[in-house]
Amino acid sequence: MNFEFSSDQMLLRDQARKFLEGQESIKKAREVIEGDHSYDETLWKSVIEMGWTATTIPEEFDGLGLGYLELCVIAEELGRSLAPTPFSSSIYLATEAILNHGTKEQKQNYLPKLAAGEIVGTLAHTETTTAPTQENLACELKKDLLNGSKIVVPDGDIANFAVVSAKDGNKIVLCLADLAAEGAEIKSENTLDPSRSHASIVFKNAKVEVLDSKVDGWTALQEVLDRAAVLFSFEQLGGAEACMNMAKEYAMGRFAFGRPIASFQAIKHKIADMYIAVELARSNCYFGAWALSTNAPELSTAAATARVSASQAFNECSKENIQTHGGMGFTWEFDCHLYYRRCRQLAANIGSQAIWKNKLISSLERANQI
Amino acid sequence: MDFNDTPEEVTFRKEVNDWLSANATLKDSSADSGYPGRGEEDALTVAKKWAAKLYDSGWACLHWPQEYGGRGSTPIERVIWGQEASKYRIPGGFFEIGQGMAGPVLMMYATEEQKKRYLPPMAKGEEVWCQLFSEPGAGSDLAGLKTKAVLEGDTWIINGQKIWTSGAHYCDYGILVTRSDPSAQKHKGLTYFFIDMKSPGVECRPIKQISGGANFNEVYFTDVKIPDEQRLGAVGDGWKVALTTLMNERLAVGDASGPDFQEAFNLACEHDLNGELAIKDGYVRDKLADWYCQSSGLKYTKYRNISALSRGETPGPEASITKIVSGNKLQEIANFGMDMMDAAGILRPDSSEAEQTMYHAGFFGAAGIRIAGGTDEILRNIISERVLGLPQDMRADKGIPFNEIPSSNK
Repeated sequence: MNFEFSSDQMLLRDQARKFLEGQESIKKAREVIEGDHSYDETLWKSVIEMGWTATTIPEEFDGLGLGYLELCVIAEELGRSLAPTPFSSSIYLATEAILNHGTKEQKQNYLPKLAAGEIVGTLAHTETTTAPTQENLACELKKDLLNGSKIVVPDGDIANFAVVSAKDGNKIVLCLADLAAEGAEIKSENTLDPSRSHASIVFKNAKVEVLDSKVDGWTALQEVLDRAAVLFSFEQLGGAEACMNMAKEYAMGRFAFGRPIASFQAIKHKIADMYIAVELARSNCYFGAWALSTNAPELSTAAATARVSASQAFNECSKENIQTHGGMGFTWEFDCHLYYRRCRQLAANIGSQAIWKNKLISSLERANQI
Repeated sequence: MDFNDTPEEVTFRKEVNDWLSANATLKDSSADSGYPGRGEEDALTVAKKWAAKLYDSGWACLHWPQEYGGRGSTPIERVIWGQEASKYRIPGGFFEIGQGMAGPVLMMYATEEQKKRYLPPMAKGEEVWCQLFSEPGAGSDLAGLKTKAVLEGDTWIINGQKIWTSGAHYCDYGILVTRSDPSAQKHKGLTYFFIDMKSPGVECRPIKQISGGANFNEVYFTDVKIPDEQRLGAVGDGWKVALTTLMNERLAVGDASGPDFQEAFNLACEHDLNGELAIKDGYVRDKLADWYCQSSGLKYTKYRNISALSRGETPGPEASITKIVSGNKLQEIANFGMDMMDAAGILRPDSSEAEQTMYHAGFFGAAGIRIAGGTDEILRNIISERVLGLPQDMRADKGIPFNEIPSSNK
């Protein structure tokens, strides 16, 4: 048994970590939160130069043709460093949707540019404060014209195009919408984590093309979300571990009652609980990574398990990190709140905990019936 | 990243399976051992027969050197044996302390003659060993133990009391930590022995447990004589020897056994709740999802540890998370299982086939698992100190002679 990343993959993880530290990624996340920019252009350009956007795109489409395990270790480091870039929207969502559900022509049109970072893509799915379902989706496709509106589209104001879920008669389709074209009205949205940009999009007779998937649109969307869930889980895992380490460092250096607060069991046990949550999440993420990289039949179960577990770990670690820091953790100046914000953003971006727990049990019910 | 055995591991796994399938019966479900529990009368006889069979076929004590009755296997081979053996109905629960803890300590500290005398019968299950460590006033704070050892000539005279000693009433030998110098600092005045449990002055009194069973005991020592040859390690070095033993204990204590996710899931698929199948209920799904994630997280944490073993590395105290997570999960699942049967969940039917039985065992068992072999709290200390490197708690007993340390009794 070799249930571990290879030494090359671990080397890539170390390189990614050092690179993002060198780029002062966390400081840049803060600058984006405090400034007017929707992302950090310099960091994004460096990420593209590193070739990360091309990781899993096959060589025939000018990508690097590496595996998903490589992408997973990169995701972990992007999460750890709060990288304020549109990477996840463009890679985990848009690239994956086209790679797995696009026609040859669509792949040729989009993938080389996505690999080179010349364009940014995203997924536009949410419409209201009620989670989207096959029944309540209101965006409508007629012939090749799209009408309706989407909200909290990640990087919607940065992206050149979006994969949009819509109703076509009584079936669901995924379409590719050019966001610079006529009929797409983009408005930046303010969220509680401005280090990741979001926008609302109103489509008025926007001309789109349908992702010509072999499966129906809703199933294709679930597949896209499952694959993205594994990658987002790694971002959450990286964030969770960063919070645990912050809490640990602070508790060792902070003295109260004449001793480091890390010597009090109330604090030690809190940090031990963070460790337990992180380890369980890490192991579940690894299984997700294995399922993603091998296209295993267990992928939907593994993805939901990783997603639920990593969301729990990040939640535990980001809130208890603030608690460990005491009053300082509640100040704007300390970085604790950057993780607290990102944790909340990632916890619901592709569906809330309730949705993923339900998906997990549904997939186990299906597995049990076979 | 893959789950495949190396070619050597494939060969070994096949060898294990060939032997097990010829000599044991497959289990119906993972939660059912199919054997009487430790408390039951014929259980020891059955277990001894099985242990002898293992010994005669060369499958006893995989991790021990062959010269003492073991197999001399690698750690990964021991894991493979454990994986395959867990699929079969195999009696157990009697030899873990001897083979897992006492044996390795004897190998480190006993004379060659003693090793040749005591290890093979231990491996064969002919002689059963117990652990005489905890005392009424020394549990998590084991080094606070008070059982007195006084040297007279070349014989030690032991007086005091031990507690929570599993199997003391049927054991042949025990490993014992005593206080030989009460005026030395706490951790420096301890001395370690092995003892013949049939020595005059040893008295075992069973302790009735919350489950109603009585598997462990209080053991009283009144002027019990131990020859100095049975001392393991130097006089005053008992703490060091005890720590070696406890390291092995933590490796030996694994998952809490009992109903897990699958049993809870099956139960929810069979019972109605609010007029529909319980599995359709949001509360039930939420709980099940949490337990699935915990079970899966533990399973793949174990796989990560096995991978480390397979690469020839030693997994560290990270394994401590297993007992914390599985003990608490078992307690929750046991309660959930009874809840699924509504008010009838508390009924104790006569039949061991009844659906309540497994959950009742988990309900009581989990309360014990969370304490045995290191409480949840001690394990959190171990994680924070040994894995994460956080400082120890400030102590009121440091640098003070043992007999001046405040205690509950004075």
